[in-house]
Amino acid sequence: MDSITVLMTSPMSDYLETQLRDRFNLVKLWTYSSKTDFFKHNSHSIRAVVGNTKIGADAELIDSLPELEIVSSYSVGLDKIDLRKCQEKGIRVTNTPDVLTDDVADVAMGLMLAVTRRVCECDRFVRRGLWPKGNFRLTNKFSGMQVGIVGLDRIGSAIAKRAEAFGCPISYYSRSEKPETNYKYFSNIIDLAVNCQILVVACALTKETHHIINREVIDALGPEGILINIGRGSHIDEPELVSALLEGRLGGAGLDVFENEPEVPEQLFGLENVVLMPHVGSDTVETADAMADLVIKNLEAHFLKKPLLTPVV
Amino acid sequence: MAHNDGDDVHAHAHLHHQPQDLPQVLVIRPPLSFSNFQSQYSHKFQFLKAWESPLPLDQFLTTHANSVQAMLSTVSYPVTACVHCLLPSLRLIVTPSAGLNHIDLDECRSRGIRVANAGNLNSEDVADVAVGLLIDLLRKISAADRYVRQGLWASTGDYPLGSKLGGKRVGIVGLGSIGLEVAKRLEAFGCIILYNSRKEKPFVSYPFYSNVVELAANSDALVICCELNDQTRHMINKEVMLALGKKGVLINVGRGVILDEKVMVWCLVQGEIGGAGLDVFENEPDVPKELFALDNVVLSPHQASLTSESSKALCELLVANLEASFSNKPLISPVMND
Repeated sequence: MDSITVLMTSPMSDYLETQLRDRFNLVKLWTYSSKTDFFKHNSHSIRAVVGNTKIGADAELIDSLPELEIVSSYSVGLDKIDLRKCQEKGIRVTNTPDVLTDDVADVAMGLMLAVTRRVCECDRFVRRGLWPKGNFRLTNKFSGMQVGIVGLDRIGSAIAKRAEAFGCPISYYSRSEKPETNYKYFSNIIDLAVNCQILVVACALTKETHHIINREVIDALGPEGILINIGRGSHIDEPELVSALLEGRLGGAGLDVFENEPEVPEQLFGLENVVLMPHVGSDTVETADAMADLVIKNLEAHFLKKPLLTPVV
Repeated sequence: MAHNDGDDVHAHAHLHHQPQDLPQVLVIRPPLSFSNFQSQYSHKFQFLKAWESPLPLDQFLTTHANSVQAMLSTVSYPVTACVHCLLPSLRLIVTPSAGLNHIDLDECRSRGIRVANAGNLNSEDVADVAVGLLIDLLRKISAADRYVRQGLWASTGDYPLGSKLGGKRVGIVGLGSIGLEVAKRLEAFGCIILYNSRKEKPFVSYPFYSNVVELAANSDALVICCELNDQTRHMINKEVMLALGKKGVLINVGRGVILDEKVMVWCLVQGEIGGAGLDVFENEPDVPKELFALDNVVLSPHQASLTSESSKALCELLVANLEASFSNKPLISPVMND
C-alpha cells in the first residue's frame, strides 16, 4: 500500500509514525513551514488523515483534500473532527475506543486519591525538608466518599467500578438513565453536584457539554467538594474554576485537561489543593501501542475494502 | 451557716470531677494529637504525664504511678520489661496504632496484662494511600504535576509515557487487614494479586508464595503491608529487590525497618529497581536525601493512617477500651496473641 498517501497531523507517536511509514506513503503536516506550502504539494494525493486530540480534521482540511476517504483518529475523542462534513462527503471516520478506557479511568482514580489524601502535596512536604519541623496535618478519608460521574459511557463506567472497590457510593448524570446499573441517576447536573463529594467529568465533548461545569455547578459542589476532569478542558468554564479555587469556593481539583493546552492557568501553580497533569490520560506504553495498532488496522481494512474495526462515521 | 441548694449541687459536681477520683491513665510520651485527646477526655480520666515531670522516669513511676492500672502507649516509646517492673498494678495497655512492635507482648502475657490496639480502624486509609502511591508511581502523577507547575508542558512538550496498571502482578507482603483491602482495590484495576504471609490464608484465591524472594521474582510491584516483628525486620533486602528487578516498583506502608533502606536507596540510584512509593522510613522524620533527586520515587510523611475520620474514631475506640477495662468488661479491640 505504499502508493497510498496518508497525512499524519502531529508527532503523536514514534511507533505509529514508523508503522505508517512502513506501510504507506507518509506525509507529516508538521514538517511544512506553512499550511499553504503543505496544500500546494499534497492536496491531491492524500487519501487518509491520521489525527489526534491536538490536530484532527476540521472543515478547512477536509475541504482541501479532494481525495480524502478516511480519517483515522489516534484518540477516542472526536471533538477535533468535523463529523458532519465527513458524513456529507462520505468520508469514513474511526477512533480508538476501549483500548484506552482503563488508563483514563486509572488516572481519574489516581487524581481522586492524590487530591483527597494529598499525595503530591506530601511528596513536596518531604522533599522540602519540612517533616523534621512537624508532622503533616490530617487528610480526608477517601474510601466511602460519594462519587458523582458526569457521563456513564465506557470511561465513566470503568471509573465507577474502581470507585466501588473503595466503598464509594456512585451517582451519575447522563443523557439518559442506565437502568442496567445500580447507580443513582440524577436527571440534572446541579442535583448531582449537590449530592456528591467528588464530581468526575467523563463525558464526550459536544456542543451540549461545552462548559457543562459552570459557576452554578461549582457552587453546588461547594467548598468541601472536589472536581476531577479527565474529559476535555472545555467541559469546564476554566476562569470560573480558577476563581472558585482561589476564593475557596471549591475544595480541590484534579485536572488532566485544560481549555488551551498546553497552557495552564498559572494561578493554579501555587495551590496545594490541586493536582495538574499534562493530558496523560491514555499515555502508557501499552496503550499507546494498542491505539497505534488500531489506527493501522482501521486504515488497512479500509484500503483492502474490509469492514472497519471501530468506525464512528 | 446558711447555704442554698445551688451551692450544694455545685459543690458535689465539683467533687465528682476532681481528677483524683478519676481512673488513672499513665502516658509516658504523648502520642500524636494527645493534647486534643486530653482536653476531650479529662473529665473521664486522670492522665499521669511522665514527660512533663522533672523526675527521671523510674522515679516518676515509683512515686506517682505505682498503682496505675492503665497505660496509653505510643509507637515512639517502647514499653520494655523494665517499665513493667515499675508498674505492678498495670492491667491494660492501649495503643493508638495497629502495629505492636513497641510493646513486649510476651511480658504482657506472662503478667496477665491485656493489650488493645487500633484494630482494623485504619486499614482502609492505609490501603488508599498504598494504592494512591502505586498509581502515582506507574502513571507519574507527582512527577507530571511538578512538570506542569514548572511550566515545562508549554516549553518542553509532552510528558514521557507511564505504565498501565491493568495486568500488572502485584505481590502483597502481609495479607492481613491492610493487605486484603489493598488487594480488593487493585483487583478493580485489573491487577493480578499474589501474596506472601506468615501462613497461607485458606479463604483467599490469590496465589501464595511462602518465600518473599520468589514473590518478588513473580511480581511487577511489591506492596509491603505486614507488621514489624523479628521475622520481618529487613526482610525486604538486596536479594528481594534484585528479584523484583529494574522495572519493578516497591510500595511500603508497613514500617520503615521492614526494608533495608540503605540497600533500597542504592538500588534506586543504580536503577536496579524501577521506583518506590514510601510512607515509612527507618529513622523518621529523616529521609535519605538521595531520594529527593529522583523522579521515580513518591515520598509520604507516615500519613497513611492519619485521616480526620480515623483520628476521631480512634479516640473513641481508645476511650471505649479504657472504660471497658475499668468496668471489668471485655475489651473492644483486644490484641489476640497467637
